[in-house]
Amino acid sequence: MIAALAFYAFAAILIASAVMVVTARNPVHAVLFLILAFFNAAGLFLIAGAEFLAMILVIVYVGAVAVLFLFVVMMLDIDFAQLREGFQRYAPFGAVIGGILLIELFMAVTVWRFAPEAATLRLNPNPEGVTNAEALGRILYTDYIYLFQAAGLILLVAMIGAIVLTLRDRPGTRRQDIAAQVSRSGSVSVRRVPLGAGLKEIGIERPPSPEETAPKPIEHHHGGHH
Amino acid sequence: MMAVSLAHYLTVSAILLVLGVFGIFLNRKNVIVILMSVELMLLAVNLNLVAFSAALNDLTGQVFTMFILTVAAAEAAIGLAIVVIYFRNRGTIEVEDISTLKG
Repeated sequence: MIAALAFYAFAAILIASAVMVVTARNPVHAVLFLILAFFNAAGLFLIAGAEFLAMILVIVYVGAVAVLFLFVVMMLDIDFAQLREGFQRYAPFGAVIGGILLIELFMAVTVWRFAPEAATLRLNPNPEGVTNAEALGRILYTDYIYLFQAAGLILLVAMIGAIVLTLRDRPGTRRQDIAAQVSRSGSVSVRRVPLGAGLKEIGIERPPSPEETAPKPIEHHHGGHH
Repeated sequence: MMAVSLAHYLTVSAILLVLGVFGIFLNRKNVIVILMSVELMLLAVNLNLVAFSAALNDLTGQVFTMFILTVAAAEAAIGLAIVVIYFRNRGTIEVEDISTLKG
C-alpha cells in the first residue's frame, strides 16, 4: 500500500517534471527539472528493488550529467528567446507523432504477455539473502567482465574526446616552457657569497632585464662570425 | 513480490519516452534541450529494463541498465563538448544553421 502510494507520487512528479523539461521557457529551469526527474526515477528504481542503480542514477546523472548540462547552459551566452521561435509551429507536428507513438506503445503494452517458459529462461536469478549491490557485483565482475572493461574504455574515449574537442591554444597566454628553463644558460651562475652576510650587505640579485639581455646573443653571434 | 505491477512501470516509461520524442520536435532549434530529451528517453528505457528485471526476478536487466548509464554519460559529455566548440566557432547553437557539411 505504502509502496503503491510512493509509486504514484514518484511517477506523477517524474512525468510532470519531464513535461517541464521539454516546455520550460528558461533552459536553466529545464535542467533543474531534469534533476528532479532523475531523483524521482531513482525513487521508482528503489521501489522496483534496484537500490544500487538508484544510487548510481543519483550519483552519475544528478551529480555529473545534469551538472554538466547546467554548466554548459550557464557558460554559453545564448539568446534562448530567439531559439524558441517556431515553438508553436512545431508543437502540433510533435503532438501528432508523439500521440501515434503513445498509441502504438499502449497497444503493445496491453497485448503482450510473458512466454510460459519465461521463469525458467532466467539468465541471472536474483539470489536470496544477498544485497542488491552484492548480487550485481557477483555477476558484473565475473560473467560480464569484458563488457565492464568495454564500458570503462568507452568512458576513457569519451573523456579524451571531450578534452581534445574543447582544448584550444589562446594567443597571449603564458605557459611554463620547461625546455627553455632547463636549457637556459648565461643568466644562471654559481657565486661564492661571503659567510654571514645577509641580504642587507649583498643586496638582492636580480636577473638582467630582457631588454638588456635580448640584443646580447645577437651581438655575440655576429662577433663570432666575423 | 512487487506491490506495483509491471504494467504501471511500462505505462510510466512509455509516457516518458513519448515526452522525450515530443521534446525533440518541440525544441527543434535548441541542441541542449534536444540532448536533455534524449536523456529522458534513455531514462525511460532504463526504467523499462529495471521493471522487467524486478518482475522476472532476473538481474540481467539491471546489468544492462548500468551499461546504458555509462553510454548515456559518455554521449552527454561528447555532445556537450561538440555544442561548446560549435558555439565557439559560430556564435549560435541553432540546429538549422548546422549545415556546413551540406549533408
